[in-house]
Amino acid sequence: MTDTVAQQAVADAKAAPDTMAWDSGLRRLMMIYLPLGCFVLILLFPFYWMAITSFKPNAELMNYKAHNPFWISSPTLAHINHLLFNTAYPRWLWTTMLVAIGSTTLSLIASTLAAYAIERLRFRGSPYVGLGIYLAYLVPPSILFIPLATVVVQFGLFDSPLALILVYPTFLVPFCTWLLIGYFKSIPYELEECALVDGATRLQILRRITLPLAVPGLISAGIFSFTLSWNEFIYALAFIQSGANKTVPVAILTELVTGDVYQWGALMAGSLLGSLPVAIFYSLFVDYYVSSLTGAVKE
Amino acid sequence: MSVTTFSSPALAQRQPNWIVRLFDYKPFLIVMCLAPAIGLLAVFLTYPLGLGVWLAFTDTTIGRRGIYVGFENFQYLLTDSLWWNAVFYSVVYTGIATFGKFALGFWLALLLNNHFPFKSVLRAIILLPWIVPTVLSALAFWWIYDPQFSIISYLLVDVLHWRDSNVDFLGSPWPARFSLIAANIWRGIPFVAISLLAGLQTISPSLYEAAMLDGASAWQRFRYITFPMMMPILAIVMTFSIIFTFTDFQLVYAITRGGPGNSTHLLATLAFQRGIAGGELGEGAAIAVSMIPFLVFATLFSYFGLARRKWQQGESND
Repeated sequence: MTDTVAQQAVADAKAAPDTMAWDSGLRRLMMIYLPLGCFVLILLFPFYWMAITSFKPNAELMNYKAHNPFWISSPTLAHINHLLFNTAYPRWLWTTMLVAIGSTTLSLIASTLAAYAIERLRFRGSPYVGLGIYLAYLVPPSILFIPLATVVVQFGLFDSPLALILVYPTFLVPFCTWLLIGYFKSIPYELEECALVDGATRLQILRRITLPLAVPGLISAGIFSFTLSWNEFIYALAFIQSGANKTVPVAILTELVTGDVYQWGALMAGSLLGSLPVAIFYSLFVDYYVSSLTGAVKE
Repeated sequence: MSVTTFSSPALAQRQPNWIVRLFDYKPFLIVMCLAPAIGLLAVFLTYPLGLGVWLAFTDTTIGRRGIYVGFENFQYLLTDSLWWNAVFYSVVYTGIATFGKFALGFWLALLLNNHFPFKSVLRAIILLPWIVPTVLSALAFWWIYDPQFSIISYLLVDVLHWRDSNVDFLGSPWPARFSLIAANIWRGIPFVAISLLAGLQTISPSLYEAAMLDGASAWQRFRYITFPMMMPILAIVMTFSIIFTFTDFQLVYAITRGGPGNSTHLLATLAFQRGIAGGELGEGAAIAVSMIPFLVFATLFSYFGLARRKWQQGESND
């Protein structure tokens, strides 16, 4: 394709050397860079707005006539200070972290074993087990949260972060299992056969051969699960009641939104701080995110 | 494997052997490997799903076990204008948002499929709206939609002078509905674009070369090569997108909580309001169950409607 275009461009350039080069440059600008610029601007603007609001003093927030709203004249840490020392925000961050790490660990263990059994210990009906786990991914939390609330109460876990750690795997396990099945598929079966011939047990094979080779898949599944549990909202809203045990997304919405006058500075600072851990995590592992997102879709 | 506490060496040798052999017995190993995943899913997914359907046929409230009441909850919902309202808005919300997400996401994917500097950085930046917790970006939208200090109103009124008064984004039904749809599209574009980009990159360039030799125009190349080749992946991404847009909860709950005047309730937020906040578990469960037929229909439609080409060609499902 590029060759043909290049040949065409060469032919055109011979006819009118200056105007054509400029024309294709302009065309490229209008057709690719301009729309792309608009997309990036719109997709990033809410974050810019969030960030800039968290550092603005209240006087600037409420007065667009005297201050340019797109910039800060006198940045302040008052909102973040208020959040960290006058509210339970550090506690919420800690709970969220605990829940995310706990549920991620649980789902990783469960789905590694399940994926290994389905993909490597082939048994009659293993494709159907795989399909069943995949179908579980299509059941949205919005349908489940009411009966799950009664189940959580029955188990005496209401208002406990443990309930979230146990419930989040319902949407993490199907996703991770499918991701890992894909990874296990890419590992040559011959390696395992060699180990079997050498007298290794199945568990040794899993621990010494399959798992080390599947590390990229495990990282993808892990960071993805962490992000999904950090962002989860509806279960955390329905199962947690006391202010101290809430996760960040729920706590900001239910504890910080008070009265008729919203504290936009504090709200946006809370959103910014709550987004930062996943954003940092994301920036460290971008490629894994992209590969797991596209890998899960392709499977 | 390193059980050393036994006093008798013979026992110490036999014990681990026995365990090792048990774990090497394939049926046992399969059961052990599947047990955690299947157990978790059975207790916290399958059982609640069944329980939810059962609850929908009872008059359970918080703190009181209900009795079987047959179709009473559903009969009540059919006469409830709020439920009809939520059905209507859920369908509108899903329809417009899915269309917007796929039109803009496909466009963005095609743009990203070109060669330009800093491509991977750009791709990373574009996924941000999808990575950040939805509720937190929804709060940013709430602030952007503020009646008094909306930055969009400021741009339109004070900078561009296109309007005389501030835009009332969330104060009346239709503007509020479209504001929420816009926020949903904003959040959905990255997922669609990145998934479709992965699909675009698998299309062999030789197809385009052959088409160009035959004199196909850019539109024809898109219509007869890109689009058909993208069908299978479009079908899967769209199925997911429709399911999770129709059952969306966070955006609406964070920005309007169903207001103004209950005009922006989706079925999920209505179920929460009745079931958890109002304590009518039975009725809330009935609303949640009433989503299932829509989901099954949407899934079948988008999957078989779009994926038809794939299995007509007799490709395997991998």
